[in-house]
Amino acid sequence: MALKKFVVGCFEDEKVLFPAVEKVRKAGYKFHDIYTPFPVHGLDKAMGLRDTSIHTAGFLFGMIGTTTAVTFMTWVFTKDWPVNIGGKPNFALPAWIPITFELTVLCAAVGMVLTFCYICQLAPFLKRHHFHPRATDDLFVMVIECSEKANEEELKSFLGSVGAQEVNTQVAEEGWWIGKYDEEQELYKEPNIA
Amino acid sequence: MSVTKYESQLREPLVNGNKTYGQVTHDIVHTIEAKPTRLWYIGFYISVALLMFGAYSVYREVVYGIGQWNVNRTIGWGWDITNFVWWVGIGHAGTLISAILLLFRQGWRTGVNRAAEAMTIFAVMCAGQFPIFHMGRVWMAFFTLPYPNTRGPLWPNFNSPLLWDVFAISTYFTVSLLFWYSGLLPDFATIRDRAKTKLRKRLYGLASFGWSGSTKHWQRHESLSLVLAGLSTPLVLSVHTIVSFDFATSVVPGWHTTIFPPYFVAGAIFSGFAMVQTLMLILRKVMGLQDYITLGHIEAMNKVIVLTGSIVGCAYLTELFMAWYSQVPFEQDIFFKYRIAGPYGWSYWLMMTCNVISPQLFWSRKLRRNVLFTFIMSIVVNIGMWFERFVIIVSSLYRDYLPSSWSIYYRPTIWEIGFYVGTFGLFFTCFFLFAKYFPVIAIAEIKYVLKTNGESFKNEMAELESKNVDEFVHEMHHDHHEEGTVKVAHH
Repeated sequence: MALKKFVVGCFEDEKVLFPAVEKVRKAGYKFHDIYTPFPVHGLDKAMGLRDTSIHTAGFLFGMIGTTTAVTFMTWVFTKDWPVNIGGKPNFALPAWIPITFELTVLCAAVGMVLTFCYICQLAPFLKRHHFHPRATDDLFVMVIECSEKANEEELKSFLGSVGAQEVNTQVAEEGWWIGKYDEEQELYKEPNIA
Repeated sequence: MSVTKYESQLREPLVNGNKTYGQVTHDIVHTIEAKPTRLWYIGFYISVALLMFGAYSVYREVVYGIGQWNVNRTIGWGWDITNFVWWVGIGHAGTLISAILLLFRQGWRTGVNRAAEAMTIFAVMCAGQFPIFHMGRVWMAFFTLPYPNTRGPLWPNFNSPLLWDVFAISTYFTVSLLFWYSGLLPDFATIRDRAKTKLRKRLYGLASFGWSGSTKHWQRHESLSLVLAGLSTPLVLSVHTIVSFDFATSVVPGWHTTIFPPYFVAGAIFSGFAMVQTLMLILRKVMGLQDYITLGHIEAMNKVIVLTGSIVGCAYLTELFMAWYSQVPFEQDIFFKYRIAGPYGWSYWLMMTCNVISPQLFWSRKLRRNVLFTFIMSIVVNIGMWFERFVIIVSSLYRDYLPSSWSIYYRPTIWEIGFYVGTFGLFFTCFFLFAKYFPVIAIAEIKYVLKTNGESFKNEMAELESKNVDEFVHEMHHDHHEEGTVKVAHH
């Protein structure tokens, strides 16, 4: 386990978050990540993340499905066990379209979801450090790793100045580990809901 | 103030009540955190009882054979395949809502997609039981799969629509499940992070796959959803097309028509939306979700119902016309002697009334927005759609080319009915568990539309619209300088 030190700033409003992201980038700090309760459009661009190419994986898996279906059915009906069905051609491509299509979709979907889980490192029994329990509720949580260039105190006052409502420092594991969520973790306390 | 998106005032807000993000979470999650109500227990136990009856009916079929049912050499498909097609049809609305409406950028899908997708998955589970048990020797069901075996290997016939069905239904089930579950990950994480008990934290932690809400993950998640929607769109159309091929590729009068695929797909969407209405109207009432499943949502779904109902009506009339126009005596006899008249004439007219005539009432806006009327109509439509399949299957089969095999009357046995009732049990048992333990509304997606389509945003917009143009431009300009990155949509 490699523990690292992070400065965490929480934002309540996208209207404050976007200018803050811009200012953080201008100041030269590097984001560890921003955790949001829902997909905030434009945030990835604002943070300078490149586009995902997960759809390419979907295309490749789909092609695997198409190829498998066509070659397998061709092999079965023309090589392995040709059956004379009323003198109709053994290589009956039009009749194979439904299965070819279904297999294409199946492979593309399953392959893409597995790729997604793999590249995001998501799986049951995996545990991560979550910087704020309300990051999946109503807060936008900006996390910046402390380094030689990014001094802890400096970062904290900087995040406060760009509009973060709550700023703190956390020492945490960066990646995932195998564990359960009920252990060594605080249970939720009811916030004030108007 | 800054504008990130302009939304016409003509569109109703998708979320009523001036909600904050925190309130959205609370509104949807609090029923999961509370103890089940008495009503829930009553409903759940009734469902389980029905499921038990179904299980016993199926047990008899497995032990004593298909003779437990009243299907015979002529009407070999009887209730069994009627129920199969009916359930598969119902299972079409979920993917239509989540996939096709996502591609069409229909914002209102966010309120209903999660429950509709769940309904799809449960309906497909129910549908699958029928052809599997109709095989008679159910323990041989795996023979339909192309696996290397010791019989040659002997492969299934890839040219057969019945095998296409195996592939279509299993693919549809898998893809719908993946689509549904990938959408659930962030919402499970929300419940996990709010958990007040250790057990809940552990279980939802397990189910959430350790989701954190990272921007990069969201970016990939969105791309994944979009591609899965793109894949599901032709998939959902293909599934009922292939189901209709079961009929259309046979040389049976009344089945052998090219109109079947579009006609079946429209019918599937029609019945699926009706079932979504039935469930949503109960759900919003019992769980107090009127702010999220608004009258606007109900009206939008009723519009789909009247559209698809009219398409189905056109198909019925086209069938009659084609039977006459084809000048094929067998076709003409089936339609004009044995379908709209004869011993099963009543089922045809029941179907016509429920599917074609009654949905036309939805042209009235008042009725489209009437909750009670919609609820009654949703049940009427589903009765009508069940009879559509019954009419197609039974009325084409009881009069064959061969008069010696004509069958006068077909009535299901109690075990045939029991099997059908049992699938209701399965469906509602699953749905009750879903309603209690799963977020019935996609929390993250609601939050995403909240700031662009919520009521508070609409009010802000209304204020803006009443402003003087010069004032507005000046303000925008000022805003732009101050905030820099926020995009301003001009209108």
